[in-house]
Amino acid sequence: MSTSPLIEIKDLRIRFHGDDGRITHAVDSVDLSVANGATLGLVGESGCGKSVTSLAIMGLLPKQTTEISGAIRFDGFDLLNTPDQTLRDLRGNRLAMIFQEPMTSLNPSFTIGDQIIETILRHRGGSRKGARDRTVELLRRVHIPSPERRIDEYPHKLSGGMRQRVMIAMALACDPRLLIADEPTTALDVTLQAQILELMRELKAASGAAIILITHDLGVVAEVCDEVAVMYAGEIVERAPVDELFSAPQHPYTVGLLGSIPRLDHRAEQLATIEGMVPNMAEPPAGCRFAARCPFVLEACTKAPPPLVEISPGHASRCIRAPLERLVS
Amino acid sequence: MALLEVNGLVKHFVAERSLFGRALAHVKAVDGVSFTLEAGKTLALVGESGCGKSTVSRLVLRLIEPDAGSVRFDGRDLLSLDADALRRFRREAQIIFQDPYASLNPRMTVGQILTEPLALHDLLPPAQRRERVAEILRLVGLEPRLERRYPHEFSGGQRQRIAIARALAVEPKLIICDEPVSALDVSIRSQILNLLRELQDRLGLAYIFVSHDLAVVKHIADKVAVMNLGQIVETAEADALFAAPRHPYSRALLSAIPVPKPRAKSSRIVLQGEIPSALNPPPGCRFHTRCPYVVDRCRSEMPQLVTDGIGHAAACHRTPELPSSEALVPSDGGFSPVLEKLVAAFGSGPEAARGGGVSSLRTDLT
Repeated sequence: MSTSPLIEIKDLRIRFHGDDGRITHAVDSVDLSVANGATLGLVGESGCGKSVTSLAIMGLLPKQTTEISGAIRFDGFDLLNTPDQTLRDLRGNRLAMIFQEPMTSLNPSFTIGDQIIETILRHRGGSRKGARDRTVELLRRVHIPSPERRIDEYPHKLSGGMRQRVMIAMALACDPRLLIADEPTTALDVTLQAQILELMRELKAASGAAIILITHDLGVVAEVCDEVAVMYAGEIVERAPVDELFSAPQHPYTVGLLGSIPRLDHRAEQLATIEGMVPNMAEPPAGCRFAARCPFVLEACTKAPPPLVEISPGHASRCIRAPLERLVS
Repeated sequence: MALLEVNGLVKHFVAERSLFGRALAHVKAVDGVSFTLEAGKTLALVGESGCGKSTVSRLVLRLIEPDAGSVRFDGRDLLSLDADALRRFRREAQIIFQDPYASLNPRMTVGQILTEPLALHDLLPPAQRRERVAEILRLVGLEPRLERRYPHEFSGGQRQRIAIARALAVEPKLIICDEPVSALDVSIRSQILNLLRELQDRLGLAYIFVSHDLAVVKHIADKVAVMNLGQIVETAEADALFAAPRHPYSRALLSAIPVPKPRAKSSRIVLQGEIPSALNPPPGCRFHTRCPYVVDRCRSEMPQLVTDGIGHAAACHRTPELPSSEALVPSDGGFSPVLEKLVAAFGSGPEAARGGGVSSLRTDLT
């Protein structure tokens, strides 16, 4: 693992301008970095800004209505100030993404082979024959049975798990340095989920690519991530090595999330719940964005936005009451 | 006597017809399913997409007609009921669907949505219906003043509460919950699960809980039936099943649960191969194409569900010879001591301490 990160996000802010003139603060002062070969989990609930962050990395947000500031540095490029032409050369090549819904992310009117071959020819050139051979090889790598035959099939002939594997094969076509996986297993059954997670681990070991895994499933996070960033209402509220996040979370929101998932070993009569609702991001609250739902709230929390403070090496929390152990001892 | 007794239920859908309307191919969605459910208890149906769990739940309500088998509800044979009697039965058994965005009529207010079942079953004189609507809304943790709003004004979790309220309006004995929390965020999911539990304790409801999320099933179910390609392959008390699953399919399913504990010891069985099609299920045991323990007999002879002394049943020829499955289900080790205290404090913080029980589940609308 090299010391300088593969991708570094500094003070990323994203605002959407609505038709009615309202401005939604989708992402605020997000700092992230991922080293070569590492897996970062980006966790949070619908609307917290995790997918928007990943789309910003890929340069896929609509330009007319989006205001982005900050910096995203990837492999020597400043992604926010890169010409479209260069971005197109990076996407699908050194930067790849897998989406949640394999049904809608494949083109139904082309065979899966055509779609993967197109990616290879666009970025690598060479002969069609060579690209086809590589495609068969890729399909075999993601464990698609009889790939020589499957390569000429249309997406509708494949099951959900197979389609997701085709998406992964396509993402890997040009040996990406960074793979962004947005809820890659959410639409799948638990048995297929196990296959896909296994596959991602295998591929990471083989290629040394870095992965950003976006998910709301903390079980999946525990299984494949090295580091985790928890997002709430557009901000990172906690960042920690995976073990620490699960054993000693330092933000009340993370505590609430961990308490609200049913456990296998421990049959609680009541699960923890997080009362209230996410604040309206057109007018974010002045203080801590979680204050209105936080059981540990103090007067000071609602006055000024808390900074993200490192509590122990590599473990940071955006909570003025951290370390939280103090609250229960 | 059990509240619900299902025996030998079969449903084959026609997948393809000839030019003259003769059936050429059938999807064997449900093929000989039997189970019972006691009043006030929860039975979970689990299995992969397409295993027939949702079809079973619709057959139990007679929303679709079975090809064979019987359903007895509270002593009555459901399949012999005429239209009038069937409508009376619908008062006693209700259903909640997965997608709270699709299951509420966008052109009706919450008040209208909740009044409709009362009017259909002529439960209360019109003058008292409003009162009853307010009462049901409070029961599911919503404020009565919200009855004038339309579904689009609510979040996903609140909509699911409205769907639950609609099911409760007619005071049923059984509610079928078809993936009721799958579309919801984690923190909202726990609110709905708590609510379902609490309503069950308070009103003595029985649930059939259809889900593919096994940690949720472990949390809520008393009994579990594991389905594969239209058949139940294993059924047991939830604790017994999660302690030691017997059927190779249940073993694979339970061993694959991702647990919220980094570096958890895993003896995961990753199944190879694709799920066979229900159009053309394999002969013999329907799991044999993916089973790591397959022997010749499995390819030709269909195994029967065999029940032991404590009501744990599995349909596998090799049940007695399979290796022990005791350490198979991954362990999340519960919470660390610090987290345990934090979660407890989180639940009893100043905010949560204001209300108790259902009323504390109230979600604010701005």
